[in-house]
Amino acid sequence: MKFADREDLLGAAMLGPALAYVILLVGVPFVLAIMLSFSSATAGSLTLTWAGFRNYSTILADPIFLRSLRNTAIVTIGSQVLVIVLATAAAQVFRAAFHGKRAARFVLLLPWAVPVSLAAIAWTWIFDSTFSVINWTLKVTGLLHGWLYWLGEPGLALFAIIIVQAWRIFPFATVIVLAGLSSIPQDVVEASIVDGAGFWRRLFKVELPLLLPVIAVAVLFGVVYTATDLGVVYILTGGGPANTTHVLPTLAFQRGVLGADLGQGAAIAVFLVPFLIVVAVLMLRVARRAEIGAGGGAR
Amino acid sequence: MKRVGLYVAALGFMAFAGFPFYWMFITAFKQNRDLYVGAFDTHHVPWIFNDPPTFEHVRLLFGQTDFLRWVANTLLVIVAVVIITVVLAVPAGYSLARLAGRWGGRLGMGIFFTYLIPPTLLFIPFSRVVALLGLQNSLGALILVYPTITVPFCTWLVMGFVRSVPWDIEEQAMIDGYSRLAVILRIAPRLILPGILTVVVFTFTLVMQEFVYALTFISSVDRMTVSLGVPIALVRGDVYHWGSLMAAALFTSIPLAILYNLFIDRFIQGFTMGAVKG
Repeated sequence: MKFADREDLLGAAMLGPALAYVILLVGVPFVLAIMLSFSSATAGSLTLTWAGFRNYSTILADPIFLRSLRNTAIVTIGSQVLVIVLATAAAQVFRAAFHGKRAARFVLLLPWAVPVSLAAIAWTWIFDSTFSVINWTLKVTGLLHGWLYWLGEPGLALFAIIIVQAWRIFPFATVIVLAGLSSIPQDVVEASIVDGAGFWRRLFKVELPLLLPVIAVAVLFGVVYTATDLGVVYILTGGGPANTTHVLPTLAFQRGVLGADLGQGAAIAVFLVPFLIVVAVLMLRVARRAEIGAGGGAR
Repeated sequence: MKRVGLYVAALGFMAFAGFPFYWMFITAFKQNRDLYVGAFDTHHVPWIFNDPPTFEHVRLLFGQTDFLRWVANTLLVIVAVVIITVVLAVPAGYSLARLAGRWGGRLGMGIFFTYLIPPTLLFIPFSRVVALLGLQNSLGALILVYPTITVPFCTWLVMGFVRSVPWDIEEQAMIDGYSRLAVILRIAPRLILPGILTVVVFTFTLVMQEFVYALTFISSVDRMTVSLGVPIALVRGDVYHWGSLMAAALFTSIPLAILYNLFIDRFIQGFTMGAVKG
């Protein structure tokens, strides 16, 4: 058989370059990240000196690191809970037909389309300590009597970070849930209506269980996007005030890149891996379920 | 009554999603004396133009900052990364869907999972790789590294797209005497053109949005991209030029939002990975 008809050779030739690129520029750096975390490498020199678990023992004894680990969990969980609620509700609204829906959808998608860093700088201006329009509005409506230093106080700053992360991810989750809603078999929904189920009963007993895999996918991407995000915290607070709002990525950047301590920076970033493994395993389970479902449906 | 509730809810979501963009807009066109009034002054309403709008901030942005330079840098990186991504991901996606047989799906899933490995885990080893290659502070570093974000996802997108294209036309071409290679070179590209277009748009949007690698590798203001330069370098001394800053954010967001609206359904197919059955 000629080369032009050998599917195996053609397949390998077409897949090879992409596979090689991914292995060289994702696989190798990933391993290198783990190796660096066990070394005392600095940005200046190119040597890799084995340092055992020293970087890990250093950061585990460091209250700023422990706080950043906690902040990462708080921000990720807090924002994703908000995302689930907002996205499920928004999907219920946007599945209906109404006037101006195209314009509404355009606005809804804006937070997902805008570059993270530009959204973060806009929010920085919105949360400004002197000019915050939120403070003005709260004061005029009589809800606020003192003053809120949004990015100047640790608790408020974390709250602001959660709001921005939820804001930027819920449109994405909404669209995914909408895609899921459109694939729910209509006869199931109609049967529940015939059986006399109202809106809430239908939502919680029929639709949400069927939507679970789709919501899971949206949340899993949301977890990855939030837990590993550097831009929002870096621009909004820079980890401040007094290093209280760092998350793992910003602390890894501060120590590893700005502080030139590659080993410690890598060790901090490696703590993202458990988040990612959990997400990957859950995604595989969702995908396998969907595969079985699709296969069963086709036959 | 139910309709009213629907419209109120829709407006509520629009207000939450769109509020920062309204704020970009009003900040970009306000005169400074209207803009910089402390929020404690409850008699000055910040939500509206109290003085006539001005183009002063826009003029400053285009005339006296490096904004246009950043746009040019970004476009250069986009063109290079789009070419690399299409060359790597499109054949790979086709191969996984049509040629790799039983292993195609699993291998595709494996490549897709590398999309989950985030820049914030890789930027430290990359800073070393980039130094070794002598690419510090150059757009070359971004062109080398950005495909790590685009190739895995786009390979997956193309694989899904090719699978959704019926095999008949290619099969018929082979019955008509085309070799397998001739089908791939002459028939397949036309069939999967919409998939290729999606790859181009997805790459475009990802490069526009990327911040972490640009922040790590680029230090000179004249080599920055838009998403890096605007938040990092559009600051004079300690003074933020909020008007120009928000103008830049607004002008960058709108074209991206239009692209997203056009291609949203295709992106979503990639993300839901079979959890949604069409």
